[in-house]
Amino acid sequence: MTGDVKKMKPIWFFVGLVLLVMGGVILAAGLVDLIARVESRTVLAKLHPRIWWGGLMVLAGAIFVLTNKNATVE
Amino acid sequence: MQAIGLQFVDWVIILFYFAFIIGMGFYLKRYTKSEEDFFLAGRRNTAWVAGIAFLSANLGALELLGMTGNTYKYGMYVAHFYWIGAIPAMLFLGIFMMPFYYSSRIKSVPGYLKLRFDEKTRVLNGFAFAIMTLLVSGINLYAMALVLHTFVGWNWDVSMWASAVTVAAYVTLSGLMSAIFTEIIQFFLIWFGLFLVSILGIVEIGSLGEIMRRVPEAFSKLWSNSGDPTQNGMMITWAGIVMGLGFVLSFGYWTTDFLVVQRAFSAKNLRAARMTPIIASFFKMAVPFIVIVCGLIALVLAQDPNSGFALMSDGGKVNYDSALPLLIARYFPRALVGLGITALLAGFMAGQAGNISAFNTVWTYDIYQSVFNKKASPKHLLWMGRAATIVGIVISVATAYWAKSMPTIMDYMQAIFSWVNAPLFATMLLGMFVKWITPAGAFWGLIAGMGSSFTMYLAVKFEWISMSAVTFSNVASDMAANFWRAWWAWLICFVVTIGVSLFTKKKPEAELVGLVKGLTPATVGEPVPWYKKPAFFAVLSLIVFALLNIYFW
Repeated sequence: MTGDVKKMKPIWFFVGLVLLVMGGVILAAGLVDLIARVESRTVLAKLHPRIWWGGLMVLAGAIFVLTNKNATVE
Repeated sequence: MQAIGLQFVDWVIILFYFAFIIGMGFYLKRYTKSEEDFFLAGRRNTAWVAGIAFLSANLGALELLGMTGNTYKYGMYVAHFYWIGAIPAMLFLGIFMMPFYYSSRIKSVPGYLKLRFDEKTRVLNGFAFAIMTLLVSGINLYAMALVLHTFVGWNWDVSMWASAVTVAAYVTLSGLMSAIFTEIIQFFLIWFGLFLVSILGIVEIGSLGEIMRRVPEAFSKLWSNSGDPTQNGMMITWAGIVMGLGFVLSFGYWTTDFLVVQRAFSAKNLRAARMTPIIASFFKMAVPFIVIVCGLIALVLAQDPNSGFALMSDGGKVNYDSALPLLIARYFPRALVGLGITALLAGFMAGQAGNISAFNTVWTYDIYQSVFNKKASPKHLLWMGRAATIVGIVISVATAYWAKSMPTIMDYMQAIFSWVNAPLFATMLLGMFVKWITPAGAFWGLIAGMGSSFTMYLAVKFEWISMSAVTFSNVASDMAANFWRAWWAWLICFVVTIGVSLFTKKKPEAELVGLVKGLTPATVGEPVPWYKKPAFFAVLSLIVFALLNIYFW
């Protein structure tokens, strides 16, 4: 890439964005159902997988985004 | 079976993914200025980026669904595809073959054949690869539409066209770079979207040990019952696994299939290119923790009448591919279902993009420039690459409709690999490591290998000969026949290549420098400490590989 071309964000930044948004939606859906006491008919629903798995995705996404927000690649 | 129901929040996740990858295509187009940017992602990727893309190009949703279903059918033997059927070949590529590929600055695998042998061998392989890629691409597209139609209830045509148009849009915009970006995003979506199924399955049943205790004994072993083909689900001996899968099919695919090797060509330097398959090998060994574990969980649940779990059946025939979607429906509430479906969709589309980006490169350089327009300018080649992407997608869609009309088309997938890749591996192996192999030897060896594999396939299919003539066993599955046919195709190509080379004109040694072992100076890269060398990581990978095989022996 030549110097006059704007530098590109690394792929890890975009991976972080995807995980952050999707994890956020999943976490929010889990919290809404927990607060509204919506019964889920799936097996092991009592473990609330959306809350801890969505939370894990948000955490992983945030780490990717924050560590790469100022990074660029040639 | 009732289709998995999608709610509003699931659609939000799915539509976000579609919008995101098309947006990525537009974003990356700004950085796609030259033909090298389009076809080789500018040769600027790190080993991690190229390594994950290398694995993801192979990790399509068809593979995820198919291998989970195969585990239900065959048990632990399916892990051979991920361990002995992949790891030795990936390490061989990184340690021994990559220096010849990368240092010669070729743009495709057929490009190597031109430099090492001649134009006609390149064109022969270019055509074979292009046809194989479009067939596989169309079958992938068909499988995706079938899955979405069956499990999610989507319209067959709409789901196929929506995915095809999306892939066409982002690959046309920025070529290999956008294919690699989406492959990496797909990798993370598959792990976050599907590993949770394994976790919840293990929690429900109790432990991984409990799962292994509850499956039939023949299904929980990897090698200890491979001496007698009647004692394992795949009906194959250890010799068939080692020679057919572990040697020929595996090395043929992982070291010569341009779809995966192209990712290593995009690396920024030789060390990164050599590290590409080695890094990928660690992730490849981990994939069974999704597919094998899920397949065994489905098997345990199906054996338990109180679980309420049963695979789908179509007209009395069990649909093994339904195992993973049914587990998603069992464990995932709304929003997580959207993630699981997105992971499958991402896998399908990344696989499609991988095929198309490999096709457009081979078409443009190894067929169009080589046969039709030798003086094409770089700008014209870039235009041709974009045009080939669109034409390739249209042909894939046509192939998908053809596949739809032939109910047994899925059986042909492994067969196609054994026609093209298995003999090519013999050509590559001899070409890279034996300097007196001649262009005529390579060409006629390839013709003999591909022709014999195809003939054997037809002969068994139409019962001109018995399958036992190919497999040396009175009991054998279709899979076992594929393994053995690949072995024979490789051997025939190997012998004919050597035989013809003994009597035909050799290339001058000066033209083979950098292409053949013995005529290539030792590669001197950036000096790095021993713990950063590719060989060190390859040894680590081999240790993990050995431990897994011993543990599940």
